[in-house]
Amino acid sequence: MDLHFGDSKPTHEERAAVDALLGPPESSWEGADRSDADLRWARGGREARDRRDLLLPGLHAVNDRIGWISEGALDYLCRRLTVPPAEAYGVATFYAMFSLKPRPATVLHVCTDLACAAAGAPELCAGIEARLGLGSGVSVERSPCLGLCERAPAALAIKAGDPLRTAVSAPATVEEAVLAASSPGSAPEEPPAALAVPQAGQDGLMLLHRVGVVDPSSLDDYRAHGGYTALRRAFELGPAGVIREVTDSGLVGRGGAAFPTGRKWQATASQPDRPHYLVCNADESEPGTFKDRVLMEGDPYALVEAMTIAGYATGAHKGYLYLRGEYPRALHLLEHAIAQARARGLLGDDVLGQGYAFDIEIRRGAGAYICGEETALFNSIEGYRGEPRSKPPFPVEKGLFGKPTVENNVETLVNVLPILTMGAPAYAAIGTGRSTGPKLFCVSGSVERPGVYEVPFGATLGEVLTLAGVREGLRAVLLGGAAGGFVRADELDIPITFEGTREAGTTLGSGVVMAIDDSVPLPRLLLRIAEFFRDESCGQCVPCRVGTVRQEEALHRIVERTGADAAGDIALLREVGRAMRDASICGLGQTAWNAVESAIDRLGAYE
Amino acid sequence: MTVTPLGIPRRMLEFTLDGEEARVPEGSTILDACRAAGKDVPTLCEGDTLRPKNACRVCVVEVEGARTLVPACSRKAEPGMEVRTDTERARHSRKIVLELLASSVDLSTTPKVAGWLKEYAAKPDRFGPDAARLNEEPKVDNDLYVRDYDKCILCYKCVDACGDQWQNSFAISVAGRGFDARIAVEHDAPLTDSACVYCGNCIEVCPTGALSFKSEFDMRAAGTWDESAQTETTTVCAYCGVGCNLTLHVQDNEIVKVTSPHDNPVTHGNLCIKGRFGYQHVQNRD
Ligand code: SF4
Ligand code: SF4
Ligand code: SF4
Ligand code: FES
Ligand code: FES
Repeated sequence: MDLHFGDSKPTHEERAAVDALLGPPESSWEGADRSDADLRWARGGREARDRRDLLLPGLHAVNDRIGWISEGALDYLCRRLTVPPAEAYGVATFYAMFSLKPRPATVLHVCTDLACAAAGAPELCAGIEARLGLGSGVSVERSPCLGLCERAPAALAIKAGDPLRTAVSAPATVEEAVLAASSPGSAPEEPPAALAVPQAGQDGLMLLHRVGVVDPSSLDDYRAHGGYTALRRAFELGPAGVIREVTDSGLVGRGGAAFPTGRKWQATASQPDRPHYLVCNADESEPGTFKDRVLMEGDPYALVEAMTIAGYATGAHKGYLYLRGEYPRALHLLEHAIAQARARGLLGDDVLGQGYAFDIEIRRGAGAYICGEETALFNSIEGYRGEPRSKPPFPVEKGLFGKPTVENNVETLVNVLPILTMGAPAYAAIGTGRSTGPKLFCVSGSVERPGVYEVPFGATLGEVLTLAGVREGLRAVLLGGAAGGFVRADELDIPITFEGTREAGTTLGSGVVMAIDDSVPLPRLLLRIAEFFRDESCGQCVPCRVGTVRQEEALHRIVERTGADAAGDIALLREVGRAMRDASICGLGQTAWNAVESAIDRLGAYE
Repeated sequence: MTVTPLGIPRRMLEFTLDGEEARVPEGSTILDACRAAGKDVPTLCEGDTLRPKNACRVCVVEVEGARTLVPACSRKAEPGMEVRTDTERARHSRKIVLELLASSVDLSTTPKVAGWLKEYAAKPDRFGPDAARLNEEPKVDNDLYVRDYDKCILCYKCVDACGDQWQNSFAISVAGRGFDARIAVEHDAPLTDSACVYCGNCIEVCPTGALSFKSEFDMRAAGTWDESAQTETTTVCAYCGVGCNLTLHVQDNEIVKVTSPHDNPVTHGNLCIKGRFGYQHVQNRD
């Protein structure tokens, strides 16, 4: 490799931010001052190249401390990691949370996505911008869903510095959001996660039963409420036994693809290539989804325990937890939980004295919906642009760092705990034949009690909406988020199972149930969905990169039109949508047209 | 003369291609099989000297049992696979991809694409006059080559050629994302401030003319570029002992650009700055 670095130098502050992550440089080959010894030998190279995966944490380190990433800082980071600056630039510009241009230390992300838009985000934004004009030291940015939809409209303030400060304002008013941005350190604390669980404390919950009941920062409390019994049982069963239980339970992935979890684990476990990796996908970015955040904030040890079990079953000794960059509270709680578990021998060289070594490393995303796609997530961890890889090969064979990898999302993993404590047959008896176990739904929009609901599979859409108290004037429900589809208000008897939604020609997706009443202008909503996909396309393949733009343009043209006036553009949308679904590399492009199509076909939008 | 190494013999596998039995060596792609069978599948981002990136999606074909279409250029043929190359579904996607591309970038110097646009009845104009285009100004910042990203289809071939697949200079990469993604050096600086060593291997692989010799760019601007009046002569580079093959493109007794044969087993079309750009001495007739 023939690396060329410019002559821009990092400031003292930038250098300190990078060194805090990587330690001080050892030689001039990686950015220190030149010493006599440096003239005689070269270090860096291969050794440093193995640390390419620290690029994303390095970019975070600088962005967190300074608020943006200068040429000097990027160059220094590249020297330290032996990463070509052009590539690092390509990576840094991929993520929405990084800036490569100077900007104020405080950024206020104001959500303008589906639930927030319906709850008055446009007025909120305008109000905030009027109060925080130029020179206020705050940069106001319109953001995709912040995962706080149950408290829409939402805003998240991030103030760079040492330490980094964050504050959430939700439901936000202009005053509160401005306060959060101007002094994030003294902003009022967020309400506990349990507030997002209207059923909290009720009997019979399996996934949410500890949320609001345990102290999320106390390992003892977790253990006092049944924590770590599942891991003990896993050690009794042995890896093959655990996989058998998970397979027999009928658990399928909750992230949207609905792949049988046991099969995935078995396929990874049986790969001869080593090491194996476990990746927990906590990059929950589907607009309307917030269940993983609530689980992680309300019961963080459950995820740590579940990851340990998954690692044990599949022969992995290292688990990566890829966490959405917009979830500062979940980050703190999980960092704390992992440190406690390590200190108490529940992670580390000898988990529970069973001779099994396992540890978890958290990696923060930086604002890219596409990184929820499993292979894009691997690239992101490895320090490359978060572009999906083409499959085959599949992750179970060649995943993270090219090694066999099992990837599951938070909700899927947390289901493993009840499977092991109650046993596969009892678990499989819950729900329907093809969709077993409990399921979490993120209910938001036009309901009295928005939040995360746990119901056994088999409940109907109407039942879930009734739990949440649906308001008058329901027009439609968006199922599965922006990549999902709309159903009509008269279709509430659809059983929300994998097979039930499929039969009804829609999808369960990530478990979003967003109630839309007739006060919401549908064409605006559809435009927002199109805008979202245009923003979030990675840009790798033509059908998605250009197709999402052409679809947004067509929806703009017909935003105030109906009938014959819209027909030509609707035909165009269909043609482009069909090619996107058929020819895009990954799920983003393949599903980007689903919601709009369903609104046209089922709701008669533009008629 | 070009020597083609035979390599170790490979097992043959059988599958069906448009209803007919096809036999190809193990490891072949569907595209290899199509080409061997004389079928014309359009390709844009595929490059004969690079690992397929399968980003353009014009080569998609239908594989029995697959949910989506698959890119012929990168999907390996598997025993028993049933592949259809010319279904309505595949043709539809190709047509739309061609329309999307032609409506957003300038394909005027992309070989063969005009024929495909016609064959697939693509109408790039139907997205309307306001359809977003790249609208990039050519970047002329050095004397050797020009980057005209208004013609770039983002095939990643230049990035791969400059990076770990050939040159290992890593001077360029993809920056930004979505429709705003562009090939760029760090901080979008001029090429002269980058790690570029002017080997021109990126120009060699660029399928659209987005990267071109300054000589070609200037002649096109002046209206004097005339491929039909050019002769191509393959010879040996005289600079050093490696002996790379050069193909001199000559118009009006002047060398107008230098390429290199891709099937050369030593260089695979790659050159260094001297072979690629150092031809002035040949023309120095004083
Ligand atoms: S479908 Fe979209 S997000 Fe996926 S690879 Fe293609 S451009 Fe990227
Ligand atoms: S000329 Fe060579 S070094 Fe320069 S960008 Fe192209 S491939 Fe890279
Ligand atoms: S400049 Fe040429 S080679 Fe590079 S991505 Fe664009 S079209 Fe491909
Ligand atoms: S937080 Fe605004 S839509 Fe989810
Ligand atoms: S040629 Fe196959 S995807 Fe571009």
